[in-house]
Amino acid sequence: MASETKEPGAIRIKHVSKIYDPQGVHVEAMRDCSFDIAAGEMAIIVGPSGCGKTTLLNAIAGFDDITAGEIFLDGELISSPTYQIKPNVDRMVVFQNGALFPWKTVIENIAYGPMVQGRLTKAAARDKAREMLEWVCLNGMEEKYPEELSSGVQRRVEILRALINEPRVVMLDEPFRGLDAVSKTVMHEFLMQLFCNRNRTMFFITHDLDEAIFLGHKVVIMTTRPAQVKKIVPIDLPWPREHRIMNSKRYLELKGEILEAVHEEAKKAFQAGERELA
Amino acid sequence: MKTPRGKLLKKVFSARTLRGLSSIVLFVVLWQLVVYLKVPYLQNLPYPEDVASHGLAAAVSTGYWIDWGLSLSRIFIGFIAAQLLGIPLGLAIGISRVFRGFTFPVFEILRPIPPIAWIPLAILFWPTRELSIYFLVFIGAFFIIVINVIQGVSNISVNLKWAAFSLGAKPNDIFWRILLPGSLPSIITGMTVGMGVTWNVLIAAEMIAAQGGLGRTTWEAYTNHNIPYIVVGMVSIGIAGYLCSTLLRWLGEKAMPWKRKF
Repeated sequence: MASETKEPGAIRIKHVSKIYDPQGVHVEAMRDCSFDIAAGEMAIIVGPSGCGKTTLLNAIAGFDDITAGEIFLDGELISSPTYQIKPNVDRMVVFQNGALFPWKTVIENIAYGPMVQGRLTKAAARDKAREMLEWVCLNGMEEKYPEELSSGVQRRVEILRALINEPRVVMLDEPFRGLDAVSKTVMHEFLMQLFCNRNRTMFFITHDLDEAIFLGHKVVIMTTRPAQVKKIVPIDLPWPREHRIMNSKRYLELKGEILEAVHEEAKKAFQAGERELA
Repeated sequence: MKTPRGKLLKKVFSARTLRGLSSIVLFVVLWQLVVYLKVPYLQNLPYPEDVASHGLAAAVSTGYWIDWGLSLSRIFIGFIAAQLLGIPLGLAIGISRVFRGFTFPVFEILRPIPPIAWIPLAILFWPTRELSIYFLVFIGAFFIIVINVIQGVSNISVNLKWAAFSLGAKPNDIFWRILLPGSLPSIITGMTVGMGVTWNVLIAAEMIAAQGGLGRTTWEAYTNHNIPYIVVGMVSIGIAGYLCSTLLRWLGEKAMPWKRKF
């Protein structure tokens, strides 16, 4: 699939705050968030529901502005209160509820990006899309419409649609929410296969701590709203990982550490009347 | 080449078809019974065979088919005009908040007026009866298509727009590749509902004001006290409406292959 050259994709988030409707309702979604994601790193963001994780994703993707702070991609300013680079192929998002175009077939969905950018001809884009589908064993699905597919397959197609553009960063917002535990483990291995050796930066939001530890180079734990960085836990488990690793001592230690931090926040959120940590 | 024909035969002689046919047979038998037993208030009803013979006589007369042609052409002219104006208007209102602010209030005041209430004005305003009927049919379909298109545009998930932007789409692409296909299901729904209303309006307008047409001919049968022909007219209107909605359903399936039943 994508070229073998290593993509950059370092993100620096500096003192980022976001207040929705500052003159009116004044909802403080993020307060002074700072952390870095190295190029090729898989950063997993966890935190209570509604804490502002998606707000951060929207800011990085260019869908929404920020109230204070700066966000850089490979040293280049992409967002500040006064400046914002519009969404583009450098920062691809896989959405929480899926955003495949229902009126396009699988192959049309995947080929859409390179075509609309004028980077590839229709035929070349379709060839590449077909190659990618084959590569993840989804050949035969080319001419199906998204509604004909299971949600697991829809997610895989959506991830391919992002990757065909060779973005510097892929951002996934709880992509496997609602999938059963069995499908999830397969999806994790699928993601591993796609990202792990390709050095592609990943920004991955989840509630599932096992998912977080299994997939991440590091887990960024956010506080309850307004979101702040509570703790960053580097995951020093060896690569490549298999699901067996979840029984290892180190894994359980890490999980304990993260669980404790998350639980504290969940409790605060609970007391604050927020909905439960899903 | 053999399988499609085999499938077709199977479809024609399926249990479903048989059930459908027997429901019609049952209906005719009941009808016959009602007339035969002289059920109170229904004693003027003609026998089915009476209606059938009048229907056959009509089917071989040119006048009857001219009525069909008149009604259908009125429907299509008014209906298509409503779509040509209503779809762009609905898209504009759905997309632009400013445009919505300027137009929607007036639209919402006019919308609840039943199309039939426009009949007097329509007759007064338009130079010919024919034009006023086109106008009434237009009104019948117009508000419905506009409101459906607005709904369709606002129902499109913002994620789809964002996804398209991230993939490199320009605002122009967003319109043609996202907004238009995304609102197509609502457009088709608006057309289907509008077509139903349109027939209501057409028949009322024809009975009051037209020369010729299925509604008019039914009304004339009433003034001539030709009861079997009234029923022939009614059945014809039913068939015409059915054909129109079938046409729209077919169009919808062609336009939205992704909505095919799986």
